[in-house]
Amino acid sequence: MVIGEAKPVAEILEKIKDFKKIVVAGCKGCVTVCNAGGEKEVAILASELRIARKAAGNELETLEYTCERQCDPEYIEPLDDLVKDAEAIVSIACSVGPQYCTARYPYVPVFPGLNTMSIGGAAEHGVWKEYCQACGNCIIGDFGGLCPITRCAKQLLNGPCGGSSQGICEVGKGSIPCIWQLIYDRLKNLNQLHNMQEIKLYKNWSTSRDGGLRTTIREELKQ
Amino acid sequence: MTAEYSAGSRLEKIFKSGQKAVTGECGPPRGCDVEHFKHKANFLKGNVDAVNVTDNQTAVVRFCSMAASKILLEMGMEPVMQMVTRDMNRIGLQSNILGAAALGIKNLLCLTGDHQSFGDHPQAKNVHDMDSVMLAHTVKTMRDEGKMVSGTELQGRPRMFIGAAANPFADPQEFRVIRMGKKIAAGAQFIQTQCIYNMERFRKFMEMANDMGLTEKCYIMAGITPLKSVGMANYMKKFVPGLDVPDHYITRLKGVPKEKVAAEGIKIAVEQIQECLAMKGIAGIHLMAIEWEDHVPEIVQAAGLLPRPVVD
Repeated sequence: MVIGEAKPVAEILEKIKDFKKIVVAGCKGCVTVCNAGGEKEVAILASELRIARKAAGNELETLEYTCERQCDPEYIEPLDDLVKDAEAIVSIACSVGPQYCTARYPYVPVFPGLNTMSIGGAAEHGVWKEYCQACGNCIIGDFGGLCPITRCAKQLLNGPCGGSSQGICEVGKGSIPCIWQLIYDRLKNLNQLHNMQEIKLYKNWSTSRDGGLRTTIREELKQ
Repeated sequence: MTAEYSAGSRLEKIFKSGQKAVTGECGPPRGCDVEHFKHKANFLKGNVDAVNVTDNQTAVVRFCSMAASKILLEMGMEPVMQMVTRDMNRIGLQSNILGAAALGIKNLLCLTGDHQSFGDHPQAKNVHDMDSVMLAHTVKTMRDEGKMVSGTELQGRPRMFIGAAANPFADPQEFRVIRMGKKIAAGAQFIQTQCIYNMERFRKFMEMANDMGLTEKCYIMAGITPLKSVGMANYMKKFVPGLDVPDHYITRLKGVPKEKVAAEGIKIAVEQIQECLAMKGIAGIHLMAIEWEDHVPEIVQAAGLLPRPVVD
């Protein structure tokens, strides 16, 4: 899923300081699962904003709604009734959400209330980790099912650098496992260490962000 | 008989003559103070066969390795230009390989480079379009096949003697030699190792390299960095990942009066050099006297490595 993390309230307050009435829009997709942008977080953020503005002597009215998803145009539509009375929108979906709001409401300012952190998953309660960078050409099958593009700080493809020490990456002050140690252990288990002995040459990055904005088309589904 | 050389650098000729080579290191300054750079480099002149010029080492911005290499050439010294894949994509890297060759630089060390989080611009974007193995392959392809990574034909091939680095002390231990082997298979003709302190582990590394036949295919230079002080030894041990400083060296440095610590550090370095040179498969010494270039003549002399050989 897409992992999100709430922006500091002060940053959002600064962005909306000129508005009296805003919509706070959540999303029932990924950001609900990672406790960053669902119904509950919408209520909390809206109340934090109101309290801060009241304390500053500049009251704010908030209209709250949590969309089924914010990454489908039809699910943005239910915001119409709220947005017509509001001066701005704060979306706490991943950054797709605010951009869909922007597309639907050309004259209403839209601000992100979240930082979109990664494509990842839950590691433990309250901890989410990154697993994918969407390079558009998955190669983890060569690496025991583990991704060095995302999980190696240098995106190496030919094994661990000199900064791999006792299974830990030199980047991250001891908090990040060396993915190459994990790949090595995994390939050893699978009897596939030869995969690490082969020289891996140049990756084609044109399927990644580097190739320009990506559009995925499934002809059979297009209408 | 130049045809037998891939680049014809002094370093390559010394290796091929069967003599032990010595390289030094000179880091460009954090500014464009050319005189300071030349002052440091002068200590190495005549005392080493070629001088590594670091490429923004530890991800700290310094003046570029190509310019510094050219300055060394003008001083009558031979550079080993270091190049990291952290800061440039395949377009920039290949362009610099061609530019370096056009300037007369003949030795190139292919590295991935330290992560920018350790340097003075931790907010920088890194590139890593390639890694060091691919970079070695790129230089070899350009030189031997006259082609770029894309397959585009080159007009004029860069004659480079290709080097790479190896860290025998990182993990997984069993993979370190295999990774060095990949660099050699990709194109590296010489290897300079990370600073060696744990001689036992290095000996095992070299045994594996010999067993795999790598020392027949490549010239391996043992990396030596003299310990200037107890503080430096402790720092290397605790804070530099992949560096393994055994306690007995620290005990030795602590055991002498303060004014003699530097001399003891040099003594240790000289002993290490001699021990490494006695190992099968060691083709030379890479002496990284970090901000201690003025002590290089003394160390090389004490190790019995002067005068340096003259080659045509």
